[in-house]
Amino acid sequence: MAEVLVLVDHVEGTPKKVSYELLTLARELGTPSAVVLGKGASAAAEKVAAYGAETVYVSEDETIDSALVGPKAAVLAELVSSKSPVAVLVPSNAEGKEVAARLAVKTGSGLITDAVGLSSELVAEQPIFGGSVTVQSKVATGTPIVCVRPNSTAPSEAAGAGTVEQVSATFSDTDTAAKVVDRVVEDKGGRPDLGDASVVVSGGRGLGGAENFALVEKLADTLGGAVGASRAATDAGWYPHQQQVGQTGRTVSPQLYIAVGISGAIQHRAGMQTSKTIVAINKDPEAPIFELADYGLVGDLFTVVPQLTEEIQKRKG
Amino acid sequence: MNIVVLVKQVPDTWAERKLDATDKTLDRASVDVVMNEIDEYAVEEALQIQEREGGEVTIVSMAPDRGVETIRKALSMGADKAVHLVDDALKGSDALQTSAALAKVLGTLEYDLVICGSEATDSRMAVMPALLAERLGVPQLSGARKVTVEGGTVRIERQTENGYDVVEGATPAVVSVVEKINEPRYPSFKGIMAAKKKPLTTLALADAGIDASEVGLASAPSQVVDFANKPPRQAGEIVKDEGDGGTKIAEFLAAQKLV
Repeated sequence: MAEVLVLVDHVEGTPKKVSYELLTLARELGTPSAVVLGKGASAAAEKVAAYGAETVYVSEDETIDSALVGPKAAVLAELVSSKSPVAVLVPSNAEGKEVAARLAVKTGSGLITDAVGLSSELVAEQPIFGGSVTVQSKVATGTPIVCVRPNSTAPSEAAGAGTVEQVSATFSDTDTAAKVVDRVVEDKGGRPDLGDASVVVSGGRGLGGAENFALVEKLADTLGGAVGASRAATDAGWYPHQQQVGQTGRTVSPQLYIAVGISGAIQHRAGMQTSKTIVAINKDPEAPIFELADYGLVGDLFTVVPQLTEEIQKRKG
Repeated sequence: MNIVVLVKQVPDTWAERKLDATDKTLDRASVDVVMNEIDEYAVEEALQIQEREGGEVTIVSMAPDRGVETIRKALSMGADKAVHLVDDALKGSDALQTSAALAKVLGTLEYDLVICGSEATDSRMAVMPALLAERLGVPQLSGARKVTVEGGTVRIERQTENGYDVVEGATPAVVSVVEKINEPRYPSFKGIMAAKKKPLTTLALADAGIDASEVGLASAPSQVVDFANKPPRQAGEIVKDEGDGGTKIAEFLAAQKLV
């Protein structure tokens, strides 16, 4: 069967969940090969083999982490040229999309981003306009490069050979022109990343102040979820901007999205509308968020949220 | 420091956005249009850098005729001049083709920085900065929540999932900005009046040296095969809190096997 390249998103050799999802999807299309690049890449080999990777292309070249995006695209371009894969799957997050974009230019290929499904004929499904229209699209030129959103497929294990092959690439001046001189981690309390999380609990204007985000955080932690915020909340400085869910922030589509004190302006809905199950808690029965909630509770979040957190803790024993 | 700001005219998010049933491209004619919101932050950032470093700010936009409205808005904020790439043959171009066309237009200009918004509200692909950097052979400084310029070096704080990366490169460079970076100014009355007299160059494909076979729907590297308007999400059960609201939600989650 034809080879499908999957770019693995990882932190020092620990793949993010989306990488396993993409490997699971790749098994439907052909023989999955994982491409793991950067610091700690070798450590990921066994882990990606457990999700079906027959070959694991590895490079720990320091340039990959010291320059932004370009080197990753260069390694992938060499693999596309030498292995002639039927498709390249890349996580549809900020960096993944940029790697894919540069790879598309380098290989003269078409590019699809934000796919939530991919058929065996390589027709991708994309929700657009905040999920109000579903598009089927395909790449007509070169090697299909498809960015797939996290939470699009349930990851399932299937043992692959996981044969490690070291790869290298020559980097042009353009590939290394943007130098990463520092990486700063701001505290986020060890929660999963917003884009990757199966559960997202978001807070909005109804919280009334930064200090009350503790309620949202506690509920999120009980569910093992990430914390999001509406634009009203980030604009007010109650929560960090990078946690904003919405049109000018992040797009999430978790299994469960809980909106706490969020009215549900279109700005916000554009970022969470494709969530599988939506629960809303708001004191205003007219809040537009209730139009898309699978379960809506009209009530005071300051009593409902602690009760919900406690009830879930109880059920978890 | 000469700065080019790329702006995109997009359908207003508050309007009902549609695809054209015949050619499956974005219906730009029947909706209200606005400047892509994050592009206002790009214009603002360019103006702030210009205030410190001097030089000219040029707006570049690829858009149908009515794109002029958006260009004028950027000029009314304070940009000096504009270039409008407009040609019927561009209709249906995908991101790769658009980046190729914009790279050609940029090739006709002198610039130290190209600044754009991190993504547009219509396509939401967020790939244009990377595509342009690759095509132009310049540093990609994307996703900036802060930009500083020192001599020929541009340094940004690139927003990441758990903090930020400090990334730098030499000019000329492509920079994209996120919403957090600044607070865009409103055009003043004086600015709006002045914008009407500012130089606006209109380029057709041939003027920018773009081959018509490289752009447009027929030769697009990605093709929309089909689309369907999704029925609006059905509202589920709405319950009023009677003192046991938290417990009720937990019961719902348990029934859905989510806890």
